[in-house]
Amino acid sequence: MFFGGLLFVALGKDPVAAIRTIFYEPLFGQYAFYYRPQLLVKGAPLVLIAIGLSLGFKAGIWNIGAEGQYIMGALFGAGVGLAFYPYEAWFVFPLMVAAGAFGGWIWAMIPAFLKVRFGTNEILVSLMLVYVAEQFLASMSLGLMKNPEGFGFPGSRNLQQYESAFNADLIEGSGMHWGVVAALIAVIFAYVLLSKHRLGFAIRVTGEAPRAARFSGVNPVRLVLFCMGMSGLLAGLAGMFEVSGPAGQVTIDFNVGYGFTAIIVAFLGRLHPVGILLAGGLMALTYIGGDIAQSQLGLPAAAIQVFQGMLLFFLLALDMLTHYRLRFGTAEVV
Amino acid sequence: MDLSVINPVLFVAGFLVAATPLIFAAIGELIAEKSGVLNLGVEGMMITGAICGFAVAVETGSPLIGFAAAAGGGAALSLLFAFLTQVTLANQVASGLALTLFGLGLSALLGQNYVGIKPPRLGDIDFGPLADIPVLGPVLFTHDIILYLGIALVAATWAVLKFTRAGLVLRAVGESHDAAHALGFKVKRIRTLAIMFGGACAGVGGAYISLIRVPQWTEGMTAGVGWIALALVVFASWKPWRLLLGAYLFGGITQLQLNLQGAGVAIPVEYLAMSPYLITILVLVILSRDKSAAPASLGRIFHASS
Repeated sequence: MFFGGLLFVALGKDPVAAIRTIFYEPLFGQYAFYYRPQLLVKGAPLVLIAIGLSLGFKAGIWNIGAEGQYIMGALFGAGVGLAFYPYEAWFVFPLMVAAGAFGGWIWAMIPAFLKVRFGTNEILVSLMLVYVAEQFLASMSLGLMKNPEGFGFPGSRNLQQYESAFNADLIEGSGMHWGVVAALIAVIFAYVLLSKHRLGFAIRVTGEAPRAARFSGVNPVRLVLFCMGMSGLLAGLAGMFEVSGPAGQVTIDFNVGYGFTAIIVAFLGRLHPVGILLAGGLMALTYIGGDIAQSQLGLPAAAIQVFQGMLLFFLLALDMLTHYRLRFGTAEVV
Repeated sequence: MDLSVINPVLFVAGFLVAATPLIFAAIGELIAEKSGVLNLGVEGMMITGAICGFAVAVETGSPLIGFAAAAGGGAALSLLFAFLTQVTLANQVASGLALTLFGLGLSALLGQNYVGIKPPRLGDIDFGPLADIPVLGPVLFTHDIILYLGIALVAATWAVLKFTRAGLVLRAVGESHDAAHALGFKVKRIRTLAIMFGGACAGVGGAYISLIRVPQWTEGMTAGVGWIALALVVFASWKPWRLLLGAYLFGGITQLQLNLQGAGVAIPVEYLAMSPYLITILVLVILSRDKSAAPASLGRIFHASS
């Protein structure tokens, strides 16, 4: 936060005001009643994706293509919703949820399958698929899913105006939509899985001692498929909830980098479900605070991105303090 | 669809240009990986180099100073990675990802005043009569100095790794840092230097995109080139010449895809734009079976006490 302040000074803004705007205004400021629901709206996808990623990261499986899985989830979910339009029925939304989860899952299964079958590096493949998904999104919003009544503008029908498909606030004006519920369930599920279930144990052992894990009978193939699939599924869900709720429609620039920010959230939360919940809230806070700071103080949007990046750096650097004991004054052995 | 629109001479000349950022970024990463460091921050260092080079070139009016600044910017950012992985012993994968995220943000911040400006042009080298040779002339002798520097860099890297003591030390550190340490080599210092070299190269590669290939500044303009460069190092199984070949292959695909877009092929633009990424995946699949060429200590954390 101190270095963040320096950053704001370097940009010619009052550091105290900037930090106050980012961290205080959204929660307790004059217009907080408007911003607080936003906190849930922005935090939910981050937490959902980060929970999925943390399972893989714990086991040393690096899925960094959550952004792509998020897009595919949104496309699949919206696709199902749009296919039913304008038919109103109770089962449309659950079907969309299932389709969204499937979309993210299948997209994550590509790097997972290639890894177990051919030993391909999942980092590179999952990332390449983000770019493929972005192009796919562009093609969909300009082509197949374009709103026939949209006067030629790119983008699909607005799902907010389609009763059965709209992921509305459960309590009016609270920002509490189904994605938030799903995020909370995911946190609990991940917590139970990691602390109580055998599979969670397998994940932790694999991350800390891969050889020991193999001796203790962990099947690495199944583990990769599970972790990648799970993170894809959750990312797909996040995308689906976003497209049917806050975003409302498929557009070219629908994705805003949640998939990448979620990586920071996962690490910031120490790969622990509860930690991720808190970190997701913090990150959502910097997003919203950043937006306010942008309009009130003219702080550039990219500054927030840099600030988030710095948070991650400090965290990684400070990890040493928890993993190793520092001994000052010993002879230089490097 | 009219494929005759594509001029083969311009096409080849174009893909040499398209391949150059890849050559720089990949050769830098190759050196870093040879020393046993997996730096996933190539994309971040490239984009930082791209904006540093762009900004300085615009301010000074000299593209060459811009390239120098790009190298400096990339190296400075990589120093951060070196600090995290070598001093605080952080996980290299996580640190590399952090570097990319940070680099993307930083470049967007630095570049917000440079959107839509045309940078000064770096002139092509004058080869005199050589450029007038039909076909070969425009293909080989109408480029800027950085492109030739890239090829020279590949040759130099190959020679240094194969024939010099410095190259031997670098490889020793990458293959077994414990053994290298026992022999009295400064593992951390060597790795830090290798990381900085990688950062400088990535920076120059990024600046090549923003100053010569595009030439313009837009946010996130490297669009995955850094990641393709990482894939390229695997593709080349850590051999410089094969890396050059791979870079030309990818450059060719990118250029072909752009030309097909221009020629109005009946495939939607978006699907053509996917192709370089899909082909990267395909190549990774084909080549991933042979991991024997990778430096043995790649990605492992070194501390003198362990």
